Amino acid sequence: MTKSKDVDLWISGTEEPDWDTSTTDEGSQEMASTETDYRLREQLGSVVTDDYVFDDEISDDERMIVNMGPQHPSTHGVLRLQIELEGEIIRRTKPVIGYLHTGMEKTGEELTFMQGPTNVTRMDYLASFHNEHCYSMAVERLLGIEVPPRANTIRVLLTELNRISSHLVAMATNGMDIGAVSIMTYGFRDREQILAFFEKTSGVRMNHNFIRPGGVAADLPPGWRADVKAILENIRRRVVDYDDMLKENPIWNGRTRGVGVITPEECLAYSITGPTLRSAGVDWDLRKVFPYAGIEQFEFEVPLGTRGDVYDRYRVRIEEILQSARIVEQAAEAMPKGDYRSDDRKVTPPPRMRIDESMEALIHHFKIFTEGFRVPAGETYVAVESPRGELGCYLVSIGEGKPYRMHTRAPSFYNLQALPIMMADSLLADTIATIASLDPVMGDVDR
Amino acid sequence: MTDQSQTPAVAAEETRLLPSDEILKGLIEPFADASWATSAGQDVVTLPADQLRAFGESALQGGFELLSDVTAVDWLSRQPRFDVVVNLVSLQHRRRLRIIVQTDSDIPSLVTVWPGANYAEREAFDMFGINFVDHPDLTRILMPDEWEGYPLRKDFAVGSVPVQFKASHKVR
Repeated sequence: MTKSKDVDLWISGTEEPDWDTSTTDEGSQEMASTETDYRLREQLGSVVTDDYVFDDEISDDERMIVNMGPQHPSTHGVLRLQIELEGEIIRRTKPVIGYLHTGMEKTGEELTFMQGPTNVTRMDYLASFHNEHCYSMAVERLLGIEVPPRANTIRVLLTELNRISSHLVAMATNGMDIGAVSIMTYGFRDREQILAFFEKTSGVRMNHNFIRPGGVAADLPPGWRADVKAILENIRRRVVDYDDMLKENPIWNGRTRGVGVITPEECLAYSITGPTLRSAGVDWDLRKVFPYAGIEQFEFEVPLGTRGDVYDRYRVRIEEILQSARIVEQAAEAMPKGDYRSDDRKVTPPPRMRIDESMEALIHHFKIFTEGFRVPAGETYVAVESPRGELGCYLVSIGEGKPYRMHTRAPSFYNLQALPIMMADSLLADTIATIASLDPVMGDVDR
Repeated sequence: MTDQSQTPAVAAEETRLLPSDEILKGLIEPFADASWATSAGQDVVTLPADQLRAFGESALQGGFELLSDVTAVDWLSRQPRFDVVVNLVSLQHRRRLRIIVQTDSDIPSLVTVWPGANYAEREAFDMFGINFVDHPDLTRILMPDEWEGYPLRKDFAVGSVPVQFKASHKVR
């Protein structure tokens, strides 16, 4: 022992015979030689034991409740989760929502049918056009009017572009939450190109108020074909690049495969729709089964997953981006000529030229924008396929200028019910990947 | 509904309207108090409140796998006051069905039939004060827990909430 004081380095096995092995790593080598082969390989990392095995031995001391959010960056807004943990394993989850509740359904009863899209467009702020479209279709159904083909095709073009931009954000935030930060910047960069086109079309980037009962607010801007072509060219090339970057990336696969699994039966029981339902292998897309706005004339496929995990949801969204690009291309080619809003003078204000000539037209214009138009009494439920699932609008009118009741079936609200199922008996570290794959928009959840 | 000769004994009661297609007819016929109508081209079934769960169970058996929405409408001066509106989707038959149930406050919960009704019924309770009997966790979901009143009722005015600091002395 005295000899060892001035020795810093030595070669293993050349120690003096009286070397005290208990103070060196020599002892651990001896211990290793007595371990079983399986245990050794596990320690070396070549065998991974299953973390999901239920351990009955865990005492109540290790059970704790962790509060996550509402100010957590990976909760996509103000989602709060109460997570009951046993060690590192989640046993129960309770989402707590309502932090962004602004009473939009009550507001909807105070706004005229003409002003309604201004309100609903702020619900799901990543898919504004879908909200406006759903509301406008509900009003049109109660009015019993048809919108001209050009208005319908503009609606399809814009909603499908909006689906691409929304899925790009889903991909971006999913990447950021898991740790692929470059995907975040790429996703937001490409989305900005689409938002720039929206700004050119409607005047604003996000809360457009462009799709209105009776048609759309204005015709497409000059040069829209070139813009759409540039967007599609860019998206098609880059999305494939991003997919190549992620789909066989071992870290991405490790973080997403087999994580947050949900079965088709659970999806149906818990009213889960959209990419989450399709990732579980259920062929259910409202654009196919209940076509609206003439979308049945365009060719596209419904991408499906098989396992219902985070990876499948990511893949379904990527494929949906490419399918939406197909629809946008066909819609741009098939854009019919004609009016972009209904010629029903009840809902459509008179043309600008008429206002200069006719006192009645001026009065009519004034009335439409102050009192709005009256909608016949009745109730209806209209649903569209938003990027998050079935977005529905239940509208009740009693023959006045404002809806008596306006209810939105928010897809994120229902999809959030899947979170406790997906997260039960999984690791705490998978929480973030699971939330991101569900793609909840809190404006849609809380309304 | 046109051929009344098959059941002459109950011919007087058989005047109620039934849908022509087999799926809905088979679903609605066993429920004597259920009435069917179309509203803007959509199928609507009106039911007494106590039959809602039984109808829900047979609708689930009849292929309506997905409960798409539960909400309510407040008809302030009517008796009973509320409409509870349930929207169903059938994936195998590719159709929708809407159930409307009138109630004053109590209504059976559909959570045991479709677990997805959980949040929607909590929202209807939160906004209208409708008591969904046998709901596992009927608490406020969007409004704060200590909130008084039910905001989407028609007698709940759109008012202002007193804001902190507003009454403080003016700066200028």
